[in-house]
Amino acid sequence: MEKINIIIDGKNIQTDSTNTILKAAKEIGINIPTLCYMHLNDLNIEHKPGGCRVCVVEVEGRRNLAPACVTPVNEGMVINTHSIRVLNTRRTVVELMLSDHPFECLVCAKSGNCDLQNMANYLGLREISYQGEKSTYRVDTSPSIIRDVDKCIMCRRCETMCNDFQTVGVLSAINRGFNSVVAPAFEMNLDHSTCTYCGQCVSVCPTGALTEMDHTRSVIYALADPSKTVVVQTAPAVRAALGEEFGYEPGTLVTGKMAAALRRLGFDYVFDTDFAADLTIMEEGTEMLDRLTRYLSGDKEVKLPILTSCCPAWVNFIEHNFPDMLDIPSTARSPQQMFGSIAKTYFADKLGIDRKNLVVVSIMPCLAKKYECTREEFSVNGDPDVNFSISTRELAHLIKQSNIDFKSLPDEDFDRPLGESTGAAVIFGTTGGVIEAAVRTAYELQTGKTLEKVDFKELRGFENIRYATVDFNGTPINIGIAHGLGYARELLNDIKQGKSFLHAIEIMACPGGCIGGGGQPYHHGDSTIVKARQKAIYAEDTGKKLRKSHENPYILKLYEEFLGKPNSHKAHELLHTHYFNKKKDVFVK
Amino acid sequence: MSHIKLELKHGQIEKLQEICRSFNNDKGELINVLHKTQSVFGYLPAEVQEIVARELDISVAHVYGVVTFYSYFTMQPRGEFPISICMGTACYVRGAEKVLEEFKRNLKIEVGETSADGKFSLSCLRCVGACGLAPVVLVGEKVYGRVAPEGVKEIIKEYQ
Repeated sequence: MEKINIIIDGKNIQTDSTNTILKAAKEIGINIPTLCYMHLNDLNIEHKPGGCRVCVVEVEGRRNLAPACVTPVNEGMVINTHSIRVLNTRRTVVELMLSDHPFECLVCAKSGNCDLQNMANYLGLREISYQGEKSTYRVDTSPSIIRDVDKCIMCRRCETMCNDFQTVGVLSAINRGFNSVVAPAFEMNLDHSTCTYCGQCVSVCPTGALTEMDHTRSVIYALADPSKTVVVQTAPAVRAALGEEFGYEPGTLVTGKMAAALRRLGFDYVFDTDFAADLTIMEEGTEMLDRLTRYLSGDKEVKLPILTSCCPAWVNFIEHNFPDMLDIPSTARSPQQMFGSIAKTYFADKLGIDRKNLVVVSIMPCLAKKYECTREEFSVNGDPDVNFSISTRELAHLIKQSNIDFKSLPDEDFDRPLGESTGAAVIFGTTGGVIEAAVRTAYELQTGKTLEKVDFKELRGFENIRYATVDFNGTPINIGIAHGLGYARELLNDIKQGKSFLHAIEIMACPGGCIGGGGQPYHHGDSTIVKARQKAIYAEDTGKKLRKSHENPYILKLYEEFLGKPNSHKAHELLHTHYFNKKKDVFVK
Repeated sequence: MSHIKLELKHGQIEKLQEICRSFNNDKGELINVLHKTQSVFGYLPAEVQEIVARELDISVAHVYGVVTFYSYFTMQPRGEFPISICMGTACYVRGAEKVLEEFKRNLKIEVGETSADGKFSLSCLRCVGACGLAPVVLVGEKVYGRVAPEGVKEIIKEYQ
């Protein structure tokens, strides 16, 4: 790459000729402030619309100020990133933004985590002298996401995530000038659109325009209700990220303290979604083996590849976009839902209470899980299997509000019988984990042999689409893995066009898998955090004594006492589901 | 935003597909496609936008974004007799606003809207270059000069 000479803030440097001013400055430790710019480089997402104008800098010979994030450097360029003119302009830019922004910081869900608030603080703004009309748009609520676009600064990050990365295409800027807003087509509500509730828009929104549907209150009321027994289940990805909200380094496992905190919050039983993940492997692994065996023995009717189905955003995606392929995902429910179903039958029976008096709360890295709880097929006589799902962020808030000193908590275990899990279950939280867990069980069930090596490193990684072949005692099984719905679409199009040679595919809607979910602590544009969480997940797996789902004694007990065997009639009733064609043009008949 | 549900007939859908095909279903030609579609259809209702989105393989939200950005594109059917009132400098100074108010009052519609019977739609123009005749009103292609608020009723009557 060609190197050229430029001068930034009086320093002579050499930099790549293809760099922008922002990048060149960063190389020598000059961090020009930005607002709309976002670079998640581990996920290959660079969002640089040059829209907010906060990053403007002075370039000698140029009449107006240049936006550093999009202006390329050239030979001999002389740049000043903090002249009086630049500083004044930066203040004016943000003041103008604030002149049409609700002054709701005190009660805003994003307060303390808001990039705009931080920018105003950083610039020391005290008075907004620009008076004028303020935007007043309706607030749009859905099961998972709340849109309050009066707080939107038109950074367009949500559009990039939704349209370019996830290829769901729900959001677009509409109208012009003061009336411009980011909205779904025809300004319909989010819950009428093809939104999958993946929540990636929420995780990148710099203000409180896009936030999650907060269920903390409902959880508190349930905990306070003496007539209710409240149980909680925690997803694998939560334990690798919750610590960040309490000052721990990204990638610190806080499983023990998390269980301790939940106990002190007043949950009657602290269980683990990982238990249900082992259960999912039993059911899905059996289904996978059944389909594979039939296919390999020449059955023409059986459909392959088999697709994992634990991600509700992904299920939404396939229901909306590929409704003619609804017979290829596994019929197994997600761990969250399997847990709820078992808790309200098997466990409620053990306690001798009516399922309506059992409240099941889930802690999830995910916003789509909030929606998943509300799917009609996941309730019995109006009583949902999972009552509420709250995100990692909401749990952190709840712990802080309750004056629990997280860091000083002792490490505690989950309760039994729904709290014991294997290493295979915990890796559900990362891309590649679900299929690796399935393979560990399917291999042993199929071949009757014990695995020497439990780690399938060929299934691990961060690339958005990966392929691997696993040797099932002489039979090569081709596996595909995708994370990010745009990449899932690619794999599905391959299948549709008959170009796919895969036997099984794992799909996760969020970049990195659940560890990068819409409900996780904000990464503020630093994708190395997601990678660190992935390391933690694999570390917890390695540290466990039991690492294959079919070895979980409590799972075996559950089958023995209650379910019979995988894919039994009862298992089908409680732990399996079916999918719906949701493809719609809203108006065309 | 009020919406009149429309059922596109098969022939209409085919016509739309033909237009998109004539641009090679190239998503980069969205604006041209919308232009042609509006001239054939008269306006761009939601149903039409959905077909265009499908044919060009882009999201409906994106099509809607482009339609709402440009003032030329309209989601409301234009009236049989589209009324345009010039708001250029000369006309404005000679009372174009009052003429506009009178039209609004008589037809009971706002600028950009179409009357319920589909006969009249109201819009504003920039200077049409007939400043000697200010205030100027166009109904379809016909130009009316020196329009006074009192004369508005007469003009409307011509078309009823």
